Amino acid sequence: MTQALDELKIGGLGASRKRVEDNRFIRGKGTYIDDIVLPGMLHMEILRSPVAHARIRSIDTSKAWEIPGVRLVLTGEMLASRNLAWMPTLSYDTQAVLATDKVRFQGQEVAAVIADDPYIAKDACEAIVVDYEPLPVIVNPTQALAEDAPVIRDDKENQHDNVVFEWQVGDKEATDRAFEQADVISTLDLHYPRSHPSPIECCGSIADFNRATQKLTVYLTTQAPHIIRAAVALVAELPEHMIRIIAPDIGGGFGNKVPVYPGYVVSILASILLERPVKWIEDKTGNLISTGFGRDIYLHGEMALRKDGKILAVRMHTTSDHGAFYSDAQPSKFRIGLLHSAFSCYDIPVAYLHNRGVYTNKAPGGVAYRCSFRVTEAMYFQERMMHAAANDLGMDQAEFRRINLVRDDDFPHRTAFGFLTDSGQYVKCLDKALEAIGYEDFLKQKEEAKKQGRLLGIGISTMTEPLGAGNSREFDILGIKMFDSAELRVHITGRALLRTGAKTQGQGHETTWAQIVAHELGIPAEDVVVEEGDTDTAPFGMGTYASRSTPVAGAAVAMAARKVRAKARKLAAHLLEVSEEDLEWELGRFYVRSAPERGVSIQEAAAAAYSNMPDGLEPGLEAVAYYDPPNMTWPFAAYVVTVEVDPKTGVWDVLRVVAVDDCGVRINPMIVEGQIMGGLTEAFAKASMQYITFDAEGNCIGSNYMDYLLPTAWETPGFELHEVVTPSPHHPFGAKGVGECATVGGPAAFVNAVLDAIKDTGVRNIDMPLLPHRVYEALTERHDVSGAPPVRMD
Amino acid sequence: MTSLFEEIHEAPPADVPTRRVTITVNGQRRTVEIEPRLLLAHLLRHGLRLTGTHTGCDTSNCGACTVLFDGEPIKSCTMLAVQADGHEVTTVEGLAGPSELHPIQEGFRDEHGLQCGFCTPGMMMAAKALLDRNPDPTEEEVRWALSGNLCRCTGYQNIVKAVLAAARKMRGDAPAESSGGTESSGGRESS
Repeated sequence: MTQALDELKIGGLGASRKRVEDNRFIRGKGTYIDDIVLPGMLHMEILRSPVAHARIRSIDTSKAWEIPGVRLVLTGEMLASRNLAWMPTLSYDTQAVLATDKVRFQGQEVAAVIADDPYIAKDACEAIVVDYEPLPVIVNPTQALAEDAPVIRDDKENQHDNVVFEWQVGDKEATDRAFEQADVISTLDLHYPRSHPSPIECCGSIADFNRATQKLTVYLTTQAPHIIRAAVALVAELPEHMIRIIAPDIGGGFGNKVPVYPGYVVSILASILLERPVKWIEDKTGNLISTGFGRDIYLHGEMALRKDGKILAVRMHTTSDHGAFYSDAQPSKFRIGLLHSAFSCYDIPVAYLHNRGVYTNKAPGGVAYRCSFRVTEAMYFQERMMHAAANDLGMDQAEFRRINLVRDDDFPHRTAFGFLTDSGQYVKCLDKALEAIGYEDFLKQKEEAKKQGRLLGIGISTMTEPLGAGNSREFDILGIKMFDSAELRVHITGRALLRTGAKTQGQGHETTWAQIVAHELGIPAEDVVVEEGDTDTAPFGMGTYASRSTPVAGAAVAMAARKVRAKARKLAAHLLEVSEEDLEWELGRFYVRSAPERGVSIQEAAAAAYSNMPDGLEPGLEAVAYYDPPNMTWPFAAYVVTVEVDPKTGVWDVLRVVAVDDCGVRINPMIVEGQIMGGLTEAFAKASMQYITFDAEGNCIGSNYMDYLLPTAWETPGFELHEVVTPSPHHPFGAKGVGECATVGGPAAFVNAVLDAIKDTGVRNIDMPLLPHRVYEALTERHDVSGAPPVRMD
Repeated sequence: MTSLFEEIHEAPPADVPTRRVTITVNGQRRTVEIEPRLLLAHLLRHGLRLTGTHTGCDTSNCGACTVLFDGEPIKSCTMLAVQADGHEVTTVEGLAGPSELHPIQEGFRDEHGLQCGFCTPGMMMAAKALLDRNPDPTEEEVRWALSGNLCRCTGYQNIVKAVLAAARKMRGDAPAESSGGTESSGGRESS
């Protein structure tokens, strides 16, 4: 009898397999957008508005045209003549491609130059003269909602104010009744500041329209190539089969590379007009001031509490700042995304959420920055409210959470806002985190330190979040349902090619998808090559964001492999001259139940598919699977952070960070841990330094890496990771999303820790980032510190 | 000789001043005729087609464009190419031959020190400069030496491990237990 395969040795599920993609990246042989050179390629540069709100009196491009090497200068008026000055957004609003009437935010695209090289294109942009008539600027929703506020979107018929939408969810009356029964009502007001995903690589495109074949090929920094193809077909009115989107290696995405940007559209138009490839590579300032941002939402939160610590109800009133165009890149049916996933890990009878979306003179394009849309805000609001409520009750932070966490035997659990959570061991995760950090000891240390005038603090954040959009009932983009896909071709020698509708940007799909095939078929992972990102070859899929790849595309990989296995069974039965029912499967091999030594390996079955198939059986060994998940996956995490605050300066240092993540079955533990550490770093970044704000004139503060602070190896703390495994009950192999958990749940742990350290001041909130001067202000003035952008008083 | 985007200029304007410079790149002497305003990063990437050097931020903050200039790490996006006349430049492509890997490259792969890979070449060049002058750095010294390079994916912990592993290998010490796994290292115990 043959030896059964060792799954870990063939790089299957659970193997910390080294990454395939690294072989090119460590040699500098990746192919990112700006590495691609096409014959006859021209270069595009965009002229952006220096002001946040102004009427355009005139644009004089004559000097730009005079510069040798300039091939084309485009303005909004020229686009308007082709009906391309505006484009539809993913949220059913419109967005200016190049401005015609007004500019509505600093950095808005006003004109574009296409030239022989990027230096010439930049020169020509500087030679364009735009006459702006300044208009009042609004950077704060309070000002936007004032009665006499100027209407930013006066281009829209029937838009007489700056309200984008109003949306509510939950049971308002039952919630109001529950508040009447409360012993204690805890309230909290805060602002989750605007942030930018800021991958190190900016956005870019190379459009290549071939007049002879009528085919448009676009190399694009996109996390969702098929969605872009559909969008380009709709916007440019080109036939979809004549559009090929290729996403090459991508230098980080984090949600920033989901939307359709004006630069992409203009480069496509320029290529069509000039019949030459046109490359557009955004610079860092362009990326930071004009492309998809995250967050920017205000909370007034209320919690109805019983004296014993039980939460009776939650009310959330939120205001979201969408910037100048409502172009949120979110796929749910809910106007404010998944903000109502807040409090999903707690057993709360009733809740109510109301949100108002507002236009301001800021960049458009809210994206799910390393999260499912608005889940990060949801969990931050939740855990900040939990922290305040525990203090209001005079209860221990851990005990208050333990009382309210959903129990292991309560699944499936319907949340107060209507989600269905399906699995988890919440209290176990929390306890594991507390044990790891030495909770009781730290509380003693903290008291000892206080006697010496030192301020120590501990912050807890526990949360479950919905990852893996979607199910097709509730999630779509432009009407296209949120499924995903995989296509597996097993060759005659038993090697395989796998393609999916997802698009890796660092998550390691080339490594991990092959591990799923190894798990399902026993084909060694090194015998499976993975390709993504080319719409002419990959099956239709919705791309990679919202931690959806493993829950959806990864599931499709397993289902495609199972289809292959079903066919291989027929081939094995033919080779062994028995019926299919007489066969058993073990990893990599079918064998005869009554005679286990008689078997056929998956490779032998593959060979037979091309060389020795039975009569009547279609040759070949390939399968395509489209997977529509029955539910989101619900990972759980407990993050605990300890800090020391310097009372003389407001500077705070992280002492320890403990993370316990339960993301179900882990395909590649090494990669999962890499994702968690990356997420924790972004959480630390947002808590400590990283944010975008504006002055009253609408100037973006954070428009370059000198102002937009990101932590380096020097500032970033070390991380201690632990795991609990509760398999997803519906995912084919029990996995849950994980890439974003730490970014979602992490920030509150850092902020709660600092606020715990300064608890004696009575300060309830300091808005992120907790810059030293804000902490110092809280310490010395003993009041909450808002980080909201200014309201203009004139 | 090469100008900036050589195949693009159909009729290069006559009045653009150019300078002839000679730079030794990865051990090879290269003579190019370039505009004085051309940035070194652009010469490397476009003129010499060494695309492993990336540009991320244009303000010398992110370090994706880090190369060695006479052995010292510099940000090539904010140095003019003409300033490199007569000097030696080493890029990621010069770390090792095509079929071999430098210990730093092995360290980044073995310790899962990269995800999207965009910051990686600059990060490795900064690490090389450190290890060339300090073969036995502490974790703190590694973190300080890499503090001019931003990574948005990894959280740095595995990058630091990668550099320390490379240092051990370059000194000939026995390798410490790797945290990044191998094909056969297997999964973690589940609870």
